[in-house]
Amino acid sequence: MNHYETVFILTPVLSDAQMKEAVEKFKGVLTDNGAAIVNEEAWGLRKLAYPIQKKTTGFYTLIEFDGEPTIVKQLETAFRRDEKVLRFLTFHLDKFAAEYAVKRRNLKKAAKEEKAAEATEVAEEAKTETND
Amino acid sequence: MAQAQSEIRYLTPLSVDTKKKKYCRFKRSGIKYIDYKDPEFLKKFLNEQGKILPRRITGTSLKFQRRVAKAVKRARHLALLPFVTDLMK
Repeated sequence: MNHYETVFILTPVLSDAQMKEAVEKFKGVLTDNGAAIVNEEAWGLRKLAYPIQKKTTGFYTLIEFDGEPTIVKQLETAFRRDEKVLRFLTFHLDKFAAEYAVKRRNLKKAAKEEKAAEATEVAEEAKTETND
Repeated sequence: MAQAQSEIRYLTPLSVDTKKKKYCRFKRSGIKYIDYKDPEFLKKFLNEQGKILPRRITGTSLKFQRRVAKAVKRARHLALLPFVTDLMK
């Protein structure tokens, strides 16, 4: 089992639902071939540094997964067959990269929790205010 | 005459070039992995046209220069950084 990371760019012409469907499709390719998805991040619509296929923006998605080396080939064939994918990059995480990925994940999680906690606090405050 | 010449005085003391020693920022701060997902950080290692700066300017050690180069190239592939531009900063 190896740890891999893949980033792909989808065309901006897709609707939100279509974009999510495409992401689900690639996740399906991974899980069907016996990979475990560790982390998933949607960076949303971002501006490209240079035009690709005459598009200047794209939906970025990052997926980290554990799997056998053969899976990478299958995933990349799926990417190549799909016209919606502008670019993709898959690579093996070495020990330093894996360490960094864990750290990044924890940071993200902490930030999310903090935000959620803040939101609940605000909600509670609002509640008490209405009670007064 | 000879004495007069030797008595040239300057208003401000001549700045003798004291070379500041360059260092590898990754070694010093203990960064082991350079992330390609952070283009703002990688821009420190690029010139205005988006070319990778040589080690002799940035002072990065060989080991980390290789990793910087790899990260920059990955970022370029994913259109996070341009291959060529003018006036990037």
